[in-house]
Amino acid sequence: MAEEVKLIGLSMSMFVIRVKIALNLKGVKYENLEETFGSKSEVLLKSNPIYKKIPVLIHNGKTICESMIIVQYVDDVWSGAGPSIVPSDPFDAAMARFWSYYIDDKWFPAYGEVMKGQTREAKIEAAKEAIAKLQPLEEVFQKQSKGKDFFGGDTIGYLDIALGCYLGWIKAAEKLTGLEFFDKSETPLLAAWAECFYSNDAVKCIMPDVDEFVEFAIKIQAKLNA
Amino acid sequence: MAREKGVVLLDFWVSPFGQRVRIALAEKGVDYEYKEQDLFNKSEHLLKSNPVYKKIPVLLHDGKPICESLIIVQYIDEVWSDKAPLLPDEPLARANARFWADFIDKKVYECGTRLWKLKGEEQEAAKKEFVEIFKLLQGELGDRKFFGGETFGFLDLALVPFVAWFYAYETFAKFSMDEECPKIVAWAKRCMERESVSKTLSDPNKVYEFVLFLKEKFGVEY
Repeated sequence: MAEEVKLIGLSMSMFVIRVKIALNLKGVKYENLEETFGSKSEVLLKSNPIYKKIPVLIHNGKTICESMIIVQYVDDVWSGAGPSIVPSDPFDAAMARFWSYYIDDKWFPAYGEVMKGQTREAKIEAAKEAIAKLQPLEEVFQKQSKGKDFFGGDTIGYLDIALGCYLGWIKAAEKLTGLEFFDKSETPLLAAWAECFYSNDAVKCIMPDVDEFVEFAIKIQAKLNA
Repeated sequence: MAREKGVVLLDFWVSPFGQRVRIALAEKGVDYEYKEQDLFNKSEHLLKSNPVYKKIPVLLHDGKPICESLIIVQYIDEVWSDKAPLLPDEPLARANARFWADFIDKKVYECGTRLWKLKGEEQEAAKKEFVEIFKLLQGELGDRKFFGGETFGFLDLALVPFVAWFYAYETFAKFSMDEECPKIVAWAKRCMERESVSKTLSDPNKVYEFVLFLKEKFGVEY
């Protein structure tokens, strides 16, 4: 049976970017169903009635929701293709899952404050908090990468995807605040990783330009302040 | 630092999150040392093992800590893969189990807490939400024996520890889970036929007493 893979999302969404990277790593062709920012399509509401959120993967008519759950699903289904995304060692897998959870649970809200900040000063203060929360990941990278380019080792893995999806948004925050999120002296490993990840083939073809993120951030800010 | 060999669980007796891990270990027949933690006066051991969240449960396997209950359960499933598989094999079923376990994590405990912390209209709203959450889960269960189908699995153990809290929630918010979600109550009874579950879940009366203790501690009126 021919595979039918569709992805409901928004190209600016870091959570959608996660799924696109996973699909690209596995060489899976998919139909991109782009939502309109500010409204939700019937397809989305039907496919994700619980949360009504993107991304949603539709594979041969079946829906899968929640970005990192979709990433694991892609890894399971296309296990023979491309690199393994979830580490095969159970402890490494647990570490990847834990730090991915930390990124969404603790780091992302701190980052969110940068976008919400109404003045440049407020954004800078918030950015300092967000940068501090990235600090623990320098040691995690050292342990998980085992001297290679990615958290996943030689190839992009689960934790790379979980954090790397934010890079476009991080670069936008850097433009808005003048601060560096991955300081080469404070977090040299993460700084090198960010460059490697951002320039990877599976990533650069789907990652929007930094200016698009900046423009979008301004749009969201206007909506929040309305 | 010499690594302590074996399996150690840092936990709190009534925690439904800790109980998930205990059920998983029991299903797999894994020997471990249980170390009860004082959550109001956290030990150095706990703080060092989970510096990010400072929470239980923490599983230590040959000294290496693993945190977050569902992550620990997946770890247990992968390490002791020769017995009682918890996550299903099939990718879609796995994604489904993970989705609903994540849903439980996002919704159940937080909503349940509002049931005993709040009063009046806010409590009524929490009650409505709690029932809606379980009606969705009931829909997912359908007419199956377990969420895992014929066999008890990941999603069953993710949810079942909260059943011990039903009596406390029902008493404080004045409703009946048997009336609102009979299939869930029936499913819970089937789970309790398993030793791993019946030996792990707290006595509902003790949970009720614990919630009374929390109410006093947080200054919530009876």
